[in-house]
Amino acid sequence: MGSEAPLLEVRDLTIALPAGRGGWTRIVEGVSFSIGAGEILGLVGESGSGKSMTALALMGLIDAPGARITGSARYRGQELIGLDRRRMRALRGAEIAMIFQDPMTAMTPVHTIGWQIDEQIRAHRRLSRAGARARTVQLLSEMGVPDPERAAGRYPHQLSGGLRQRAMIAMALSCDPSLLIADEPTTALDVTVQAQILDLLRRLRRDHGSAVLLITHDMGVVAETCDRTMVLYAGTVAERGPTAALFARPAHPYTAGLLDSIPPLRGARPARLPQIAGAPPNPAERPDGCPFQPRCAFGHDACGVRPALVACGAPGDGQAVACVLPSEGRPLPARLA
Amino acid sequence: MTGAAEAPLLEARDLSKHYRVGRQVLRAVDGVSLAVRAGETLGLVGESGCGKSTLGRCLLRLAEPSGGTVAFEGTDITRMSERALRRMRPRMQMVFQDSYAALNPRRRIGDLVAEPLRVHPGPDGRRGRDGIAARLAELVRLVGLPETALQRYPHEFSGGQRQRINIARALALSPALVVADEPVSALDVSIQAQIVNLFMDLQARLGLTYVFIAHDLSVVRQIATRVAVMYLGAVVELGGADAVLHAPAHPYTAALISAVPEPVVGAASRRTLLTGDVPSPIAPPPGCRFHTRCPVVQARCRTEPPVLRDVGGGQQAACHFPLG
Ligand SMILES: Nc1ncnc2c1ncn2[C@@H]1O[C@H](COP(=O)(O)OP(=O)(O)OP(=O)(O)O)[C@@H](O)[C@H]1O
Ligand SMILES: Nc1ncnc2c1ncn2[C@@H]1O[C@H](COP(=O)(O)OP(=O)(O)O)[C@@H](O)[C@H]1O
Ligand SMILES: [Mg+2]
Ligand SMILES: [Mg+2]
Repeated sequence: MGSEAPLLEVRDLTIALPAGRGGWTRIVEGVSFSIGAGEILGLVGESGSGKSMTALALMGLIDAPGARITGSARYRGQELIGLDRRRMRALRGAEIAMIFQDPMTAMTPVHTIGWQIDEQIRAHRRLSRAGARARTVQLLSEMGVPDPERAAGRYPHQLSGGLRQRAMIAMALSCDPSLLIADEPTTALDVTVQAQILDLLRRLRRDHGSAVLLITHDMGVVAETCDRTMVLYAGTVAERGPTAALFARPAHPYTAGLLDSIPPLRGARPARLPQIAGAPPNPAERPDGCPFQPRCAFGHDACGVRPALVACGAPGDGQAVACVLPSEGRPLPARLA
Repeated sequence: MTGAAEAPLLEARDLSKHYRVGRQVLRAVDGVSLAVRAGETLGLVGESGCGKSTLGRCLLRLAEPSGGTVAFEGTDITRMSERALRRMRPRMQMVFQDSYAALNPRRRIGDLVAEPLRVHPGPDGRRGRDGIAARLAELVRLVGLPETALQRYPHEFSGGQRQRINIARALALSPALVVADEPVSALDVSIQAQIVNLFMDLQARLGLTYVFIAHDLSVVRQIATRVAVMYLGAVVELGGADAVLHAPAHPYTAALISAVPEPVVGAASRRTLLTGDVPSPIAPPPGCRFHTRCPVVQARCRTEPPVLRDVGGGQQAACHFPLG
């Protein structure tokens, strides 16, 4: 990976929405990250932190009226921000695919899932109907759909949530994308089905070399699926780095707080769960300084200025944090695993 | 403990709820027996559609059971008249997952929380205006909200705060039992921890008894003293929370636990993946209802339904071949 140019390089992505009286509300602010070929990057954060908006901006799918998107997102060197619709559409489906929490947003109820996947394949490849169907059935089978021929003949509402999710992934993968953006693909599913879908995403990377941007709010999903992780808080990057490093030595009090507030499944049961006080600010009411300061146990004067993302942790492993503590020489203690 | 103290606060026997779906029958709850002791928290877990909410509603007779009985403080509430049931209502309350749907958006928090107080006169007759105001102030403080919250409307609050309001409302009449149906499932983890802590604090202060429905096993482990695991309308395992979650006897419980993504890097490797989806409750499999997905299925499981029986350690499991 090291010296090669990343597959996707995002710099200073900012998304602002008109807030009346000529003002703007910044929903996502100065987000930068990269994804290497075949890498799984986790994007975590609480509801409203800007995960979906970030993904939609990359895909040219933000439909909020008057939205202003600035910064850069280069996919294999090609700029995605401001790319004209026609070229974006060609890229979408062929090179970059997206899956959603609700499969029905990607499918229509009036056609069978087989028909929909056939069409997707034929839009990008010269194949006969029969040829496309053969590929559809093969894809469904790879996704672990039992009796794929029959499943292809069914309508979305005739399938269970897990099967619909698999069908949507099959559709997204029909053109062998190099980058899959998955926005909470398992949030609505039971853990047993979630485990199957996450297994599928890992296989996808192994067998097809696809890179995945996996959006989730579940630290457990990140821990078991992602090579690197980026934590968003109130539209900004709080911390990012290799997943193992981030979990062992979270450098941002927010990352540490998130990890601590998850009740453990094993080991000693805490009398009380460590909790983060308060709630994230609305986009229009974010403080000028560190957006986490109002909830942070370590807040002090220096936090009145928006902290820059600085390298932390082991040299060269790419962990970085938007917090003044490490540069003040008092990093957070490592977590006991 | 004396004998009287050990009598359960709530006891369900062979409880079932069947829905007619076209010409077929959907067995949402199918022969559930369980007891909840005063002061404990029974966690109810299982995949979506397994009947947790339906069971929760039947336990409070918010849904009319198709069969079986529910005894609350020793009285069978399934046969009770509407009138007698109404007198019982203040003692048993419910909290739901969707904090917003449960609150009328056009009414102030004060009115919403006061509503149960106005509908049900207190034990010493009707509360006056001052009595209600004092109780409202007490309730919002109890759930960790400022008194100014009483003048505001539901949309002015975050999901976690709205759930606090719902809890205040459920506690207005000082119930003995609260059935909470996925009360933290829609909340972000940092907020979820606040609400789980609140439930536990309130239990310690008020001696409440909970039936806590959740699909998140780690949340249930945190709050529950005992756990019931449901699959396709039936309880397949029942026992102390630590016993069930650390040494599951039913292969389904074991699979459910192993599917939980733990926030520990490298934990996924010890996983036994279940294949396929839950079968339809309209046509549950014959024999053991889990046999179509069971990793250790044997011939007998395909024909003979196992009953819930003691497997040692105070645990019960409905399995012919419980895990050792
Ligand atoms: N069309 C829109 N108009 C105005 N605000 C919007 C719009 N879409 C999103 N937002 C706001 O942008 C912020 C980020 O939203 P986004 O959907 O990206 O969050 P998220 O991290 O994906 O959250 P979730 O976990 O709930 O999916 C939120 O405050 C949201 O209310
Ligand atoms: N009013 C109803 N009519 C018909 N079927 C219902 C009704 N309510 C629930 N069900 C069905 O009963 C089963 C159990 O549902 P539920 O109790 O909501 O499960 P859970 O809460 O565990 O997700 C499901 O198959 C569901 O579709
Ligand atoms: Mg989202
Ligand atoms: Mg339910």
